[in-house]
Amino acid sequence: MSESEQKAVRWEKGSDGIVTVTLDDPGRGANTMNDRYKAAMGECVDALVKDADQITGVIITSAKKTFFAGGDLGSLIKATPADAPTVLASVTEVKAQLRRLETLGKPVVAAMNGTALGGGLEIGLACHHRIGLDGKGVVYGLPEVTLGLLPGGGGVTRITRLLGIANGFMNVLAQGQRHKPAKALEVGILDELASTPEEMLDKAKAWIAANPEAAQPWDRPGYRIPGGAPANPKLASILPAFPANLRKQLKGAPMPAPRNILAAAVEGAQVDFDNASRIEGRYFTELVCGQVAKNMTKAFFFDLQAINNGKSRPDGHERWQPRKVAVLGAGMMGAGIAYVCALAGWEVVLKDVSLEAAEKGKGYSEALVAKAVKRGSTPVEKGQALLERITPTADYDDLAGCDAIIEAVFESVALKQEVFREAMKVVEPDALLCSNTSTLPITELAAGLPGRPGDFVGLHFFSPVDKMPLVEIIRGERTSDAALAKAFDLTLAIKKTPIVVNDSRGFFTSRVIGTFLNEGVAMLAEGIDPQTIEQASSQAGYPAPVLQLMDELTLTLPQKIRKETRAAVEAAGEKWVEHPSEAVIDRMVDEFGRTGKSGGAGFYDYADGRRTTLWPELRSSFNATNHDVDLHELSERMLVVESLETWRCVDEGVLTSVPDANIGSIFGIGFPPWTGGVLQYIDGYAGGKAGFVARADELATKYGERFAVPESLRAASSAADAEAGAA
Amino acid sequence: MSTSSSIPDAYVYDAIRTPRGRGKASGSLHEVKPISLVVGLIDEIRRRFPELDPATIDDVVLGVVSPIGDQGGDIAKTAAIAAELPETVAGVQLNRFCASGLEAVNQAALRVRSGMEELILAGGVEAMSRVPMGSDGGAWAMDPDTSYNTGFVPQGIGADLIATLEGWSREDVDTFAVESQTRAAKAWANGYFARSVVPVKDRNGLTVLDRDEHIRANATLDTMGSLQPSFAMMGEQGGFDAVALQRYHWVEKIDHVHHAGNSSGIVDGASLCLIGTEAAGRAANIAPRARIVATAVSGADPTIMLTGPAPASRKALAKAGLTVDDIDLFEINEAFASVAMRFMKDMGIPHEKTNVNGGSIAMGHPLGATGAMLIGTLLDELERRELRRGLATLCVGGGMGIAAIIERV
Repeated sequence: MSESEQKAVRWEKGSDGIVTVTLDDPGRGANTMNDRYKAAMGECVDALVKDADQITGVIITSAKKTFFAGGDLGSLIKATPADAPTVLASVTEVKAQLRRLETLGKPVVAAMNGTALGGGLEIGLACHHRIGLDGKGVVYGLPEVTLGLLPGGGGVTRITRLLGIANGFMNVLAQGQRHKPAKALEVGILDELASTPEEMLDKAKAWIAANPEAAQPWDRPGYRIPGGAPANPKLASILPAFPANLRKQLKGAPMPAPRNILAAAVEGAQVDFDNASRIEGRYFTELVCGQVAKNMTKAFFFDLQAINNGKSRPDGHERWQPRKVAVLGAGMMGAGIAYVCALAGWEVVLKDVSLEAAEKGKGYSEALVAKAVKRGSTPVEKGQALLERITPTADYDDLAGCDAIIEAVFESVALKQEVFREAMKVVEPDALLCSNTSTLPITELAAGLPGRPGDFVGLHFFSPVDKMPLVEIIRGERTSDAALAKAFDLTLAIKKTPIVVNDSRGFFTSRVIGTFLNEGVAMLAEGIDPQTIEQASSQAGYPAPVLQLMDELTLTLPQKIRKETRAAVEAAGEKWVEHPSEAVIDRMVDEFGRTGKSGGAGFYDYADGRRTTLWPELRSSFNATNHDVDLHELSERMLVVESLETWRCVDEGVLTSVPDANIGSIFGIGFPPWTGGVLQYIDGYAGGKAGFVARADELATKYGERFAVPESLRAASSAADAEAGAA
Repeated sequence: MSTSSSIPDAYVYDAIRTPRGRGKASGSLHEVKPISLVVGLIDEIRRRFPELDPATIDDVVLGVVSPIGDQGGDIAKTAAIAAELPETVAGVQLNRFCASGLEAVNQAALRVRSGMEELILAGGVEAMSRVPMGSDGGAWAMDPDTSYNTGFVPQGIGADLIATLEGWSREDVDTFAVESQTRAAKAWANGYFARSVVPVKDRNGLTVLDRDEHIRANATLDTMGSLQPSFAMMGEQGGFDAVALQRYHWVEKIDHVHHAGNSSGIVDGASLCLIGTEAAGRAANIAPRARIVATAVSGADPTIMLTGPAPASRKALAKAGLTVDDIDLFEINEAFASVAMRFMKDMGIPHEKTNVNGGSIAMGHPLGATGAMLIGTLLDELERRELRRGLATLCVGGGMGIAAIIERV
């Protein structure tokens, strides 16, 4: 056996007869299941099989920092239904190689020297023994489902046979958990851990020596699937609840991957390994060639990667981190911001009007730390240190030395400007000035301050801050590139995803979510049953039903914003187009005094702050009992109206990046993940942009101007059409 | 083209059944094999009609819903052999879920009316204590792809959803259930089932069971009130409520009103009808009791599953050229209280004309056998009251409904 060079897989036999197979794609920083891998792995397995009699065992490891990254998403995302034969053939080849490897008749050990996700773990699963590296940041799992895919390289088949249908589905396949090494060991996808690569190789060799006749459990006589096959009465009695609970969890949203995974697992458990593998391949192919996987792969891999790589960060500015952050206002937002800043390792001064208020704000961090300590995810000392970094105060003088201000006081221009004026007297002269606001124009805020509008930037956090992954960075008219880069770095450092938008009323997220909320409320005005409206939003894939969300956000805030916006529009001499939701909200607030959850009454009733049922008089008050409706159309109205508003944001220059729009919509305002985001929804619509435009035109005819297609979108759709025709 | 007068009529010569034993190990029929239940009824038919030449029987058609184990392997033919019918008598088992027994009768009627066959024994058997409901699997519940895509939920959830949609409270459905018990108890006390019920005997001729043992004659709203809902936990933890509500999108939540007391009882039992042409009856010197006027199957939404009886009944009425008012008595299988209540509402018929001697809430629902039992119950009561026409119907898995209209002759 000779060493192969310049290939994605190379192998070398040691004097002990153990062949070390090294995964090392020459063209990439990480290994993926691309054509180079397939060709080289094929050769490698051929060579191993040919020389099987001469070798003692095989160790598979990687020359990269990670073990293996997974599927070749760049090629998968291009597959159309017409490519199904190629996709199936390709994945069948990958499976066949791994099957030959695991039936070699000699022990094969995966020495997974770093993160192994997706295809990487699938290679590991085809080995007889898996050793993980217990290193920082190392994770193991099959996250395909999060990209709308399934582990088609034998992952479903082997996990099901290794862990059983129920455990495999819940702990590995259905949610695509990325397990830390210790957890991966506990779940059962690893057999042992090593703390260094050297120890890993020693353990691999030791296992080979101890298990010369290794075979997979499922290839040994008398093997039974853990927990039983589907015909096992115990499993059979609960199996019907699996798809039902899946529908419950997904709320009826069109996400085919979890269903296909469950189906491949259950169907595969009823037949032999090779047939199970074929079944898995067919379900995989359907997903790869379908639209939802493209949408999700684009958003959660490519768009997110573009953002994290700094696509929207101005070039030419050094990476920056604050040392000491002034958080102004210790309400819910300020308290959360203080926590994430302290978590990032920075000193935080949490300032409010009284020490009590500031301490109450710090109490939020105390509660979170206590919870993390109790859960065991944070050591006591670490939690204590975090809390010690937060200094509550009512005194502006304590802000001395701060190199960043994040203001999170009540949404009032005057108040915000006042606290900035005071704080700016004390903090470092070049401190970054950030205002957390969801709607107030940043340019106007900055203009009222003594100098330094270039250092002023909007940071729109989402509530609850410690959980929500997005920060919308707002660039005012005079915000400098340097300040923007700093804000971007700060956001990444607190482990949030930054999107950058230009200043405008409502920015991007608040403006677009408003169209969603208004559309739902408009349906009530049309006499549609409120529960039907809720189901339409849930089945569209929104994380919270629309009326419920409106209650959470309060009915009064949008009413106030609308009145202000209307005044501004009319002051500018333009005509205000009344939205059908306005009358409903005005009656709810002004006539019924139902202002939302915080007011104890909204579209829903509340008892002790907990939502109970829809307000029993809601239907009669708005004559809203019609449920003989096209539910799909209701769902589409919400999605389409948000996408159209987003396109207008692009037209107006509020948005300048497609990834920012897509990720911002999913992470910030709950746009359904299966769509790939609010712009990808347009491209991914049946028939592409042209299909979307045609549908929007229909909706405009039925429901009015708010569905009017911007001319630029119509032009783009014609261009896309022409291009498709030419191709 | 043939005229209607050239189509032979299908007559019911008799309709008998076993008593229904509680469907558990403590039930009296648990010790009896399903084959024995069927053979006992075939023997009874031969005893009642000594001039019947068994060689003239074309087929034995039996409904079985869980046709595995004791009742697997085409139990109809096995029973024909075991009952020492001539070897020319064939046997076939069929499954249309809860309608299987009536499906057997209807298929027999259609085969007779086709002119191709003369005499058929049709009925069903289900030993639920031995072969539990659902033990035969099936893709609808067990195949995740199918189940997910079609919105499968167990029937009980559908029954509760019907009650929720109609606004029927726990007390409403319990009231119906108590009435079923009261009526069944009264019918038994007055001997109304004497003609159709054939005691189950052992190999020594000793009686094992001669009465329906599931009846609770002293049931009241109070005693019912203490029973826990049967489908609440399944609906919540099994995810089935959510699946149903995704389709019934205007309903906020399902009110789980059904329980063991207002749902059909799980029992063991068998039934058999003798269906044939006029000539076949004459040759055996048996007087026909009724004519099968029309049969129908239909379907409705499979998720709510249990609203099929009305469309099936309307279809049968239309075929017969009749209206609801032409029917004197109705038998709707009391799978769940809400099913029977919904049927009465859909058809605009009063409880006074429906299930007048109680139903399967009181006496039990031996799945594959019940349909043919309804024919016997209906016929006995039409004769007792000297009325003319009756309609029997059942809700069926998959959203189906089945109906048959009979007319005394």
